[in-house]
Amino acid sequence: MLWGYSFSDLTSIFVMQSFAGLILFSVFLLMALGLAIVFGQMGVINMAHGEFMILGAYTTYVCSQVFSRWIPTLFGAYFFIAVILAFIVAGAVGMLLEWGLIRFLYRRPLDTLLATWGVSLMLQQLFRSVFGAREVGVQLPDWMMGSFNLNETTQIPVNGVIVVGLTFFITLGIYALLLKSRWGCQVRAVMQNRSMAGAVGINTEWIDRLTFGLGCGVAGVAGAAFTMIGSTSPTAGQQYIVDTFLVVAFGGTQSLGGTIASAFSISQARSILEFFLSGSMAQVIVLLTVIGILMLRPQGLFSMKVRR
Amino acid sequence: MSLSIQKRKDIIFFSILACFLLVVLPGGLEPFRLNLVGKYLTYAFVTIGLVVCWGDAGILSLGQGIFFGLGGYCMAMFLKLQASTVEATKNQSTPGIPDFMDWNQITALPWFWKPFHSLPFSLIAVMAVPAALAALIGFAMFRRQVGGTYFAIITQAIASVLTILIIGQQGYTGGVNGITDLRTLDGWDIRTDHAKLVLYYIGVVLLLACMLFVWFVRSSKLGRILHAMRDQENRVRFSGYNVVNFKIFAFTLSAAMAGIGGALFTLEVGFMSPTFVGIVPSIDMVIYCAVGGRNSLLGAVYGTLLVNWARTSFSESMPEIWTFAMGALFIGVVLFLPGGLSSLYQNYLDRYMTRLVAALTARFKPARV
Repeated sequence: MLWGYSFSDLTSIFVMQSFAGLILFSVFLLMALGLAIVFGQMGVINMAHGEFMILGAYTTYVCSQVFSRWIPTLFGAYFFIAVILAFIVAGAVGMLLEWGLIRFLYRRPLDTLLATWGVSLMLQQLFRSVFGAREVGVQLPDWMMGSFNLNETTQIPVNGVIVVGLTFFITLGIYALLLKSRWGCQVRAVMQNRSMAGAVGINTEWIDRLTFGLGCGVAGVAGAAFTMIGSTSPTAGQQYIVDTFLVVAFGGTQSLGGTIASAFSISQARSILEFFLSGSMAQVIVLLTVIGILMLRPQGLFSMKVRR
Repeated sequence: MSLSIQKRKDIIFFSILACFLLVVLPGGLEPFRLNLVGKYLTYAFVTIGLVVCWGDAGILSLGQGIFFGLGGYCMAMFLKLQASTVEATKNQSTPGIPDFMDWNQITALPWFWKPFHSLPFSLIAVMAVPAALAALIGFAMFRRQVGGTYFAIITQAIASVLTILIIGQQGYTGGVNGITDLRTLDGWDIRTDHAKLVLYYIGVVLLLACMLFVWFVRSSKLGRILHAMRDQENRVRFSGYNVVNFKIFAFTLSAAMAGIGGALFTLEVGFMSPTFVGIVPSIDMVIYCAVGGRNSLLGAVYGTLLVNWARTSFSESMPEIWTFAMGALFIGVVLFLPGGLSSLYQNYLDRYMTRLVAALTARFKPARV
């Protein structure tokens, strides 16, 4: 399958495909980071996670509409405001969900799965009623439309660079928040031993709510990034949810570094295979490989050794 | 007649269901509605499988659509080959192969289609293919003690892989449209009203037979081990039972039942498509079971009928409300009614029924010595 391409063609194909994979990786990673917090740290299976991503995407869409209609002078910068708003909106809805539903189900993980599936159905219908069933796309400011030309055959899109950069900072932020800050220490304490954490004076309910909100908020940011690479429809989130769960499970649920590594390997494998095979076969092969590895190593690639 | 009250109640309720499905519904519904009920009942095969797998053994599979779909596709492949005789397809560039293959420039029947010329093989495959896949998945997962939420997610991933594969390989599978335009079963036209009525009865009888089989399994020692395994897996393991094999059995049984349901679905509806394979139908089937009651066979069947009936009547009149209602149903059942409708019955009606049944059947009881 490599015949018929010259060496320089192959190099630029490789560079461009791996950059396309890098954008996919960014969205995967942002989705997976949110899920790694919610599923990996809290043990909650949130099937509505994809809908939180779409919530962020619609927030970005609304932002772009508002800015282009009423504040066109600032249109160039709207994306950064949209990212912050997406985080706040998705995080707030997430905290509401935790307060209204999830906190009753911490001891019944399988039931959480069904209940949050119900939430995802309702959110999808809500999106459909408000924004219509058709896909919507955001308008990009001019400066985000172009691409950097490395040489005459290799082009790197600007919006891709922004998405990758955003992912980098969010990942760094979460890493610092969870592993270096006092709050993150409390979160980890609650997740490892809830009653003991409560006994030393940590407000476990509040920590739960904030952690769930943080996970959902990061999904909202993933949605904002998602608008850069695809158009938003009410059911778009559902197509990503299984992939994301696999990313988190594959990396080892307890480990943030594992999540990053598995999101990277899955998205890169997929986007490079996609060039040579059809898209669906690439997806099938990657998913089957991941499932196969998970069957051999259920604890994931990088797992913390915890006594249960 | 020295049956316990519980057995007597079981027999009476089972007869009521049989009567309802075999006499009341065919008598009271027009053929179109009856065919719809027949379609719902094919899902009931999946839900009674889930009662064993999820309710008894505690294994939540979110991939029952895989097995439903595989059973349905096995049946559909046989029917499609019957509909694609050389005379019927003489306008194609390669006569004698299914039309969608011809559209996709495939010139010879693929090897895995060939055995489906035979009816006995297809009927066995309807159960054997899903069961074999379930046994394989179960063997790989349960042996490594993968269970609970992990198992649910992996079955879901497999369901999504299968959907992508079916849609992607449209030359071999019919793609997103599925296998359509099915006509005859061994020369018998399945599209007529009369055939649909016959198929309805076949479906009901098979469902009742499956229920009896599951009832037998659940009331045997095997059923008790499954229960014990759900509640205290390690104790069962340390008592010397091989937990893995029991789990594989429960999962495989549910898969085989789902396969039968899928095959009947294909016969009654007249086509099979990937929309019945993926994640959404799989989770829908779990909710039918949850609404009816995951620990009750009769509850699961009534739950399936009720949710589907509500879905059809709501989505005819106000489709927007229905999706909200379905979402609320998921949340409501999980939060407030984990045992489903059958737990309502158990809590409020059962004691009266027990007295009633005891009074009605008192004369059959031998005098106490």
